[in-house]
Amino acid sequence: MQHVSPIREPLVTGGKTYHDITEDVCRQVEAKPNARWAAALAVALVGLAIFIYSTYRTLWYGIGEWGLNKTVGWAWDITNFVWWVGIGHAGTLISAILLLFRQKWRTSINRAAEAMTIFAVICAAMFPVLHMGRPWLAYWVLPLPNTFGSLWVNFNSPLLWDVFAISTYFSVSLVFWYIGLIPDFATIRDRATGPIARRAYAFLSFGWTGSAKAWSRYETVSLILAGLATPLVLSVHTIVSMDFATSVIPGWHTTIFPPYFVAGAIFSGFAMVLTLMIITRKVFKLEDYITLEHVESMNKVIILTGSIVGVAYITEFFIAWYSGVEYEQYAFINRATGPYWWAYWAMMTCNVITPQLFWFRTIRRSLTATFIITIFVNIGMWFERFVIIVTSLHRDFLPSSWAMFSPTIIDIGIYVGTIGLFFTLFLLFAKFFPVVNMAEVKSILKSSSEVKHHPHGTMHGTDKDSHTNTHP
Amino acid sequence: MTKKFVLGIYDDEDVLLQAIENVRAAGTKIYEVFSPYPIHGIDDVLGIKRSRLPIVAFFCGLFGTSFALWMQIWMLGFDWPMIIGGKPHIALPAFIPVTFELTVLCAAFGMVITFFIVTKLKPSFKVNVFDKRSTDDKFVMAIEVTEGVTDMNALNDLLRSNGAIEVNEKEVIK
Repeated sequence: MQHVSPIREPLVTGGKTYHDITEDVCRQVEAKPNARWAAALAVALVGLAIFIYSTYRTLWYGIGEWGLNKTVGWAWDITNFVWWVGIGHAGTLISAILLLFRQKWRTSINRAAEAMTIFAVICAAMFPVLHMGRPWLAYWVLPLPNTFGSLWVNFNSPLLWDVFAISTYFSVSLVFWYIGLIPDFATIRDRATGPIARRAYAFLSFGWTGSAKAWSRYETVSLILAGLATPLVLSVHTIVSMDFATSVIPGWHTTIFPPYFVAGAIFSGFAMVLTLMIITRKVFKLEDYITLEHVESMNKVIILTGSIVGVAYITEFFIAWYSGVEYEQYAFINRATGPYWWAYWAMMTCNVITPQLFWFRTIRRSLTATFIITIFVNIGMWFERFVIIVTSLHRDFLPSSWAMFSPTIIDIGIYVGTIGLFFTLFLLFAKFFPVVNMAEVKSILKSSSEVKHHPHGTMHGTDKDSHTNTHP
Repeated sequence: MTKKFVLGIYDDEDVLLQAIENVRAAGTKIYEVFSPYPIHGIDDVLGIKRSRLPIVAFFCGLFGTSFALWMQIWMLGFDWPMIIGGKPHIALPAFIPVTFELTVLCAAFGMVITFFIVTKLKPSFKVNVFDKRSTDDKFVMAIEVTEGVTDMNALNDLLRSNGAIEVNEKEVIK
């Protein structure tokens, strides 16, 4: 019997059963790799090769391979670092904050979004490590007992806070993601026909059987992890913004940075999730699970965070004028009208103007428009970080030391290379892991699918809010 | 030693919940229930107590907070004091971010490791599943059979009359 809710759109369309969900999600895991996937992987591997070559050049010849100079000591490396970390914010936001808010539409996108988070943080971590110049001494950032007279790390430094924030964020996100994967690995294990697949997925599934006791604990663990990850995700970009805000550089020394960076991170993260999910749902035929309703919900988050970012840009400008500080005022006038004016206006156009198109319902629900706008947002957010970093540095307090920054081929290679690294990891994930959280989608199927089952017997304290959309 | 189980297979969570209640009311002890996804309300009907994992998380978090504060205060305040940016040796506001991160890290890992231990989840190549469909689309109620005591026909009838689509027997080597 077909049931279309008069209030909410169903989150799973096409009248799916539990078994259909298993089939649809496991299909690409069990099938042989298709040509399109192999072609995409080949392109990504070319990117990865560029990354390896550029990294080799950086390590062999040193940071001099990059376009940095004595005035602009931070440029593409930190821009790319902040860009990737920002992209890595959507996954945990979707799985943690939306879990706490009981937003059921998260269930079919959280898996891929969390995977994206983890891969984006891996890409982000490459930049500060490479910028160290001697990455084999990277362990010096940890407070380890040492032979330098027990000289400890400086806990007053935001750069050290970053070490703790990024590594905690990465490991907690990884654990959260893996906990969610365990029941789905068990599903694949129990369907596997080949001995290698069965043993591999048995190993990955940690011996999960789906007993009521285990599910009860699993739900508790998910909820507490969501509660822990929520302040964590907000802390990460707050601390990243403090790398700038605690310095005394005009253009960086502002109290608005933490909320402004967090909003920007969510903005760019959702854009990247949408870019990837629009392709993934098409390639893996998951249109019934990642519906237009999902796309529209994410677009609403984009318009909210995009508007916050827009207000932040204007506030920064106002405060620069209102502060009466000459250097601060110059930093902002230089951003908009100086030699990097094109970067500033690219940022303004992509981040402030384009997302406003999502006020129109037809655009919010158009896949093509959404795809194009999310690409614009990703470009705009890259320019935002470039503008903040390079334009604040390149004209400092002494006009005699003013300089311009231009990237070398190695700078470009590392950046393009991390995109290759990201897509290599994402494509491997998409082939061998279940891209949609089967267990969670099954748990919302009864309350939010096109098929309305007739409840047999009475409801025993079943999820209270799951039946709000069914009218007897 | 082999143990024998009777498995009632269900295909709907609400039927299952009602069946659990009726089976338990009839005085039959349920060994375990397996489902492809977490069923809300099953804890109450099965009599599963609330997990104490949040308490574990709290104390692990508390350990993280105290450890982080002790580490920073001892390292910068006592072991090798230095004046950094004119701040006091023990600059507590500057220690908050690292303290927060270590709190979250210890709480999350402490809880998850405890979860793996108490639920006996660990990487292993061999897994004993009662019915493989329980990770796909079926709900399985397992009842342990005591040779000579359990009335198999009555049990079969009880499960079937409560909506089981199949009733199977399974021997498990423990």
